[in-house]
Amino acid sequence: MIRLSHVYAGYPEKDVLRDVSIPFPERGAVALMAPSGFGKTTLLKVLAGLLPIQKGEISGLENKKIAFLFQEDRLLPWLTAEKNVEIVSGKDKAAHWLKEMEIEDAARLPHDMSGGMRRRVALARALSYEGEVLLLDEPFKGLDEALRERIAARVKNAAPLTVLSVHDPVEAALMDASIIRLDQLQGS
Amino acid sequence: MKKLLRHALIGAFWIGVWWLAALAVGLPKLFPGPAETAQALLRLSQTAVFWRSVGMTLLRVALGYLCAVAAGILLAAGCYRIRGLDTLLSPLRTVIKATPVSSFILLVWLWLRRGTVPLFISFLMVLPIIWTSVQEALKAVDGDLKEMTAMYRFSWLQRLRYLYAPSVRPSLMAACMTGLGFAWKSGIAAEVIALTPDSVGKHLSDAKNYLEYPDLFAWTVTVIVLSMALEGLLKALAHRREGRK
Repeated sequence: MIRLSHVYAGYPEKDVLRDVSIPFPERGAVALMAPSGFGKTTLLKVLAGLLPIQKGEISGLENKKIAFLFQEDRLLPWLTAEKNVEIVSGKDKAAHWLKEMEIEDAARLPHDMSGGMRRRVALARALSYEGEVLLLDEPFKGLDEALRERIAARVKNAAPLTVLSVHDPVEAALMDASIIRLDQLQGS
Repeated sequence: MKKLLRHALIGAFWIGVWWLAALAVGLPKLFPGPAETAQALLRLSQTAVFWRSVGMTLLRVALGYLCAVAAGILLAAGCYRIRGLDTLLSPLRTVIKATPVSSFILLVWLWLRRGTVPLFISFLMVLPIIWTSVQEALKAVDGDLKEMTAMYRFSWLQRLRYLYAPSVRPSLMAACMTGLGFAWKSGIAAEVIALTPDSVGKHLSDAKNYLEYPDLFAWTVTVIVLSMALEGLLKALAHRREGRK
């Protein structure tokens, strides 16, 4: 089980997470909710191992393969959608997940795609990586309602544990996720 | 076609200016016009010495240039990865940039064979241009993308191929284009001073010494044409590569 105990983390100019303790379930989805600035992205980066903690303890993440959908799409601009996904997972998985994300023309470069399409390519990359833990930072940004529902249905069972940050409780519901209110969790 | 016509008209205009200036001076032996220069060029181009000299100059400059591009990329990568190396080598780069090319030519003239001087000088003039541009481009590689490649455990070869090389390519191409002009001019200057046998520079020097100004102009025209041809070739290669992507 992944557990955060009394974790402090942030940046030199600002502490973002203060005394945060969360036990995550073995399986399922957990949605982090809070107004902007309360550390949803910071917490995901801590879980991804991209941001070191200042105090506290994290357990249960050792040797776990983690896939991360960043808040920005972070696609390599000189590679096609197909290649952006292939590069982390190989041809077959890339083709499968691009299809699942309803990307019809995967030969396009990111700057020729709409914002929603780029988001789905970034999602396809994260999903095709087949992490044991899937971290999704605002996964449905830029998707219309109907597309959001279809995509959420395919994402929710893709990994044993999914942790996502959302602004809208509907998105948490679409993912059958239990909600953690990060703003109510932090120590003063 | 329109572009070609425009270039031809611009060329014709400047040749006209040259012709008028030569006419105004009225001393064809000291300030030859386009016709005298063309005659000299035609005469020179019918000799084997002309082509051997052009070929050897091209070879020396190209070798110096290519070595500088390779060394510049390696030094930039090394200095980017190892901060201590950057601290150690940056004074060297500053000295190379600040020292006049003639000082270097005169210095290395004592130590190197005359045939090697232009090669080394071309190398030395291009090296800091490539080195600086590539190192700055490496520093500017998108931090978000670097984080993404770390997250998805890209191998070093994948990072090099899919992140660093495409990020650096535009700066490298611009530096290569600038460096080519420098390599060419400094290489020929080195040939003039070092009196390198079988070289365009040696013939330029001889033409000056014997007051053969039509020949001097003809060799200069040869240098300009070759420089433009090399630049065109490099541009075409860059475009071809862009087109293939």
